[in-house]
Amino acid sequence: MLNPDSVGRTFEGADFVTVKQSEIDAFCSVISETNTTIAPPTFSIRITLDQSQEILSNPEIGLDWTRVVHGDQRFELKRPIVAGDTFKCSSTIENYKVAAGNEIVTVRSDLHSGSELVASTWSTLVVRA
Amino acid sequence: MVNLGGKSMIEVGAVLDEKVFYVNRALLKSYADASGDQNPIHQNEEFAVSVGLPNVIAHGMLTMALVGKYVTDWAGGSAAVREYSARFVKPVIVPADQNVDLTVSATVSEVDGERITLTLSATSAGVKVLGMAKAVVVK
Repeated sequence: MLNPDSVGRTFEGADFVTVKQSEIDAFCSVISETNTTIAPPTFSIRITLDQSQEILSNPEIGLDWTRVVHGDQRFELKRPIVAGDTFKCSSTIENYKVAAGNEIVTVRSDLHSGSELVASTWSTLVVRA
Repeated sequence: MVNLGGKSMIEVGAVLDEKVFYVNRALLKSYADASGDQNPIHQNEEFAVSVGLPNVIAHGMLTMALVGKYVTDWAGGSAAVREYSARFVKPVIVPADQNVDLTVSATVSEVDGERITLTLSATSAGVKVLGMAKAVVVK
């Protein structure tokens, strides 16, 4: 079970993440996108979901990542992501509830390049009972 | 239809052409590598069945990436998307050696200046896989 004290907490990513052209190329290739000069709209999940996993799997938070399924996903994009962008990702546990034994957690992640907010994402994750 | 600077106006209720994407195990492997999501439920049938799934399932985010491609093809590129959201209501089930369909369509549900909201539909094998799927684009 998730530690209820963690709801509302924001976690700053420890590292800066620099987007590589090869990463955009691979993502574009899967969806047959030929314009690889900018990242497709869902590319940021590569950065944010990783970080959510790291945060939520922390024993202090207490979520069982092995039972997680993705419930829903939302993106707000201020501008496209390009190769060379260096992001700091901060994630906030915005909401937590238990329904029919399933834990439902919403994590908001913000990607900042310097002081510029480039993308915000909301991932709702369901820990199956 | 009103002509605005050579572009025809997009009206609420307009229905976009349907498009079918095909999903197979090789695509799941490519997406796992591209996204970093190596959860075995998307690659290993034995594991998927052991956790109560009918078979290997596609990453919800792969479905969203493909539907995103549908949106950006219509809107004129990846830079057009401002908001995009969906609920994963049913999995896309991907048996070995099969190409399963992901059938996508959309309706223009709101027009606010240059911001256009699309309400998206996505099914696989006749089953609705995304719920409340919407994208806001600037066109």
